[in-house]
Amino acid sequence: MIHLIVELSRYALIILFAVYTYQCFAVLQSKDAERAQRMFRRQSRMMYLIHFTAFLVICFVTENANYLIFYMLQLLLLIMVQNCYRIIYPKASRLLVNNMCMLLTIGFIILTRLNGERAFRQFLIAAVSCAGSLLIPYLIQRMGFFRRLTWIYAAVGIILLAIVCIAGPTSYGAKISLSVFGFAIQPSEFVKIIFVFFVAAMYYRSTDLKQVIITTAVAAVHVLILVASRDLGGALIFFVAYMAMVYVATKKLLYFVGGIAAGSVAAVVAYKLFSHVRTRVVAWQKPLAVIDDEGYQICQSLFAIGTGGFFGMGLYQGMPERIPKVEEDFIISAIAEELGGLFAICVVLVCVSCFLMFLNIAMQLKDGFYKLVALGLGTVYGIQVFLTLGGAVKFIPSTGVTLPLISYGGSSMLSSLVIFAIIQGLYILREDEGAINHERNRKTENKKTDGAKVKVQDLN
Amino acid sequence: MITYIFIAMFLGIMLYMVYFQVFRSEDFINSPYNRRQDSFAEHVIRGEIRSADGKTLARTVTDSSGNESREYPYGNLYAHVVGFSTHGKSGIESFMNFNLLRSHSFVGKRVINDLTDEKSQGDSVVTTLDSTLQNAAYQALGGYDGAVIVMEPATGRILAMVSKPDFNPNTIAADWDSIIAENAGNTSLLNRATQGLYPPGSTFKILTTLAYIRENPDYAQYQYTCNGSYTQDDTTIHCYNHAVHGQQSLAESFANSCNASYANLGLTVDTESLRKVCDDMMFGTYLPISLESSQSSFVLDSADSDGMKIQTVIGQGETLVTPLNMLLIVSGIANDGVVMTPYLIDHTENDAGITVKQYKASTYKQIMTAEESDVLEALMAQVVTDGTASRLSGQSYTAYGKTGSAEFSNNKGESHSWFVGYAHREDKEDIAVVVIAERGGAGSSVAVPAARQIFDAYYGQ
Repeated sequence: MIHLIVELSRYALIILFAVYTYQCFAVLQSKDAERAQRMFRRQSRMMYLIHFTAFLVICFVTENANYLIFYMLQLLLLIMVQNCYRIIYPKASRLLVNNMCMLLTIGFIILTRLNGERAFRQFLIAAVSCAGSLLIPYLIQRMGFFRRLTWIYAAVGIILLAIVCIAGPTSYGAKISLSVFGFAIQPSEFVKIIFVFFVAAMYYRSTDLKQVIITTAVAAVHVLILVASRDLGGALIFFVAYMAMVYVATKKLLYFVGGIAAGSVAAVVAYKLFSHVRTRVVAWQKPLAVIDDEGYQICQSLFAIGTGGFFGMGLYQGMPERIPKVEEDFIISAIAEELGGLFAICVVLVCVSCFLMFLNIAMQLKDGFYKLVALGLGTVYGIQVFLTLGGAVKFIPSTGVTLPLISYGGSSMLSSLVIFAIIQGLYILREDEGAINHERNRKTENKKTDGAKVKVQDLN
Repeated sequence: MITYIFIAMFLGIMLYMVYFQVFRSEDFINSPYNRRQDSFAEHVIRGEIRSADGKTLARTVTDSSGNESREYPYGNLYAHVVGFSTHGKSGIESFMNFNLLRSHSFVGKRVINDLTDEKSQGDSVVTTLDSTLQNAAYQALGGYDGAVIVMEPATGRILAMVSKPDFNPNTIAADWDSIIAENAGNTSLLNRATQGLYPPGSTFKILTTLAYIRENPDYAQYQYTCNGSYTQDDTTIHCYNHAVHGQQSLAESFANSCNASYANLGLTVDTESLRKVCDDMMFGTYLPISLESSQSSFVLDSADSDGMKIQTVIGQGETLVTPLNMLLIVSGIANDGVVMTPYLIDHTENDAGITVKQYKASTYKQIMTAEESDVLEALMAQVVTDGTASRLSGQSYTAYGKTGSAEFSNNKGESHSWFVGYAHREDKEDIAVVVIAERGGAGSSVAVPAARQIFDAYYGQ
């Protein structure tokens, strides 16, 4: 009986999530605001249904009443987030709120499945972070000083990264975290936001050669410290975000191409120089041949994804716990194994939908500073999603970064929610910009029609 | 532009995910390292394994109280190739585990089974093994330890695979401790056909010859006068049984397996080009087969003494080969230099007999040119017509081959008996056969008659 519920839930979850995902993109086509609102409401319903179905299975299989309470708490949080945004920021993007909640939901489901205790901790962090980040859109609209803190950003960022590099404990060969009052914090998760602000603050003022050289030097310091800490995924995120921002700020293809070329040379040098880079590449090329050593993790991930197939094994029917660091770097493998390859592809599509929103806002914003901020954060988000998903499915060598809003990890959760909140703030800013323009247009149009009326009168 | 680059990257990931599921996932799912398969057994009755001609080689029987047991009706006959799943897993039972535990029976039936908490019937695996040939191979090896493999060179279908000593898969769980306990080395679990590492003996002359003809386009002019032995530095090599072959061309040296002549011509071959031939012949790589296998090894170095070199070119020295490797080499010769990927599974089917997945022949590697394979084929024909495998001559089929007597210890009296070769008759697919009988003595005395029994069984004599 339980088996049947699990079996049916697999298909139900995939269908519900596919409908949700379809609407992410369908809504972009719709010009009718009323219709868009209906779609957003339908998306929310899909999300609640997915949440309900998954927890139905979880409660049935584990027969643990605590999960019922946990479900209620999660539901409460989701409803609160959705309604807070609607009430406090009526101009906020519903699609972005929905996607944020959807990704959170998927994270709660799969983490609860993997490790109830950790899921609960994650939930608490998410709840606090959601509450805190609600302030951010307000701050962005009221506070003008963000664009003046240029060198403070650079100093704070570099100091934080340097502390990790010097004092951080080594885990899995890399130094990425700091222990503060018993909490393991990953400063690079926050520094990447600060870094984007720094670059934006530099380039919205001027993009002459001197400015480019100074900024590039500071950016290079960030990246090199991360390389020294052996946080290659982090280094790559900073590098790509910077390249994108330079290109958009200066509009010079030369910088972009030169940067990519320099990056490629650096990658080859890193491959030759560092054994841990070579290990990752070997594990990527022929994982089964080195399954006992460096290929173990990626093989376990591929076993999970392969055995799950397109439709998944159903919750609790797989063995995702065999993948080392499944809750952090390989969460998508657990999703693909138990919820299905199609479900995982939909996760990718929802992330793509978020990414498109980020860049879309960047393109439409008039304010040079915030335009660059939106672009930088969008690229950070995009490249991070790309690295973690691509690494887990063996599309690229694995780099060990988390999937924003889904993976386990407090720093990752908080920084992802902050990024989403900043983007919300910028979206609202853009709406206001748009409204002002609209106002102006209407006034000129009114004058024209007035003129026309006069002419008509004349004819009479 | 940045948007487009990223969209392309994400599209890449999604397409790769689909590609992986459709084309690559099998390799990973079926890996014995993948423990996920076992959980399927809770809902599925393990499927049957059958021979190509419909004999049941393994089946699961459920008794009245619901206990399942795995039965192997032919006992020891298919022990290594079919393997067992009752105490760990081996053979086909291991690498087809996932397929055996997947049920593709009618969807409605499976839903009803789920509702009533009944198990569904897992898919059956139909092998390429031919029960007649498997029997013939098993009988042909008789009481000797060793291995026999039979394959179609044109397709890579494996028709028979025998390894002795063997074991009874029906009682493996009970016998396990006694098999493992004897530290003295009970090796009956080892599948010698794919894992056994033997000195190649004179069968290695196929490789030496290839290296020689690659270096000497005028090989047809080669002449040597054999007086029964060849001495280089402090190493002396004798012809088998101290035979004296007299005047020998290359073809005669090959047909008579003249050690002295081969030491003479082998010494002229550059060690690196011999190594290159061994690389081409798949030494030092895992062969493309789903069973556990070993790598053949060739360790001769330019720095080694000439004494070592003349040992090596006649197949003694430190070279070690697997029977499967030798089989693939002669299959390549039979098939114009092209080695097909050996495979054991023809298809899987559901409980109604509908094919779920069909396995197809695929090319593995071109190991030599068609011209080179023609030259070697002519030499191997002469081994049968005028040489050490003459017991295969005058049949309804034409046989090609090379014998070997591989000394494996310092006791010169003892040797393993080898035959590697293939046979051709217009009306049937060619088959390649490798036989190694441990301590069988000369290749011509044990391995050749064994190969003949197999050819006769196949061609219906």
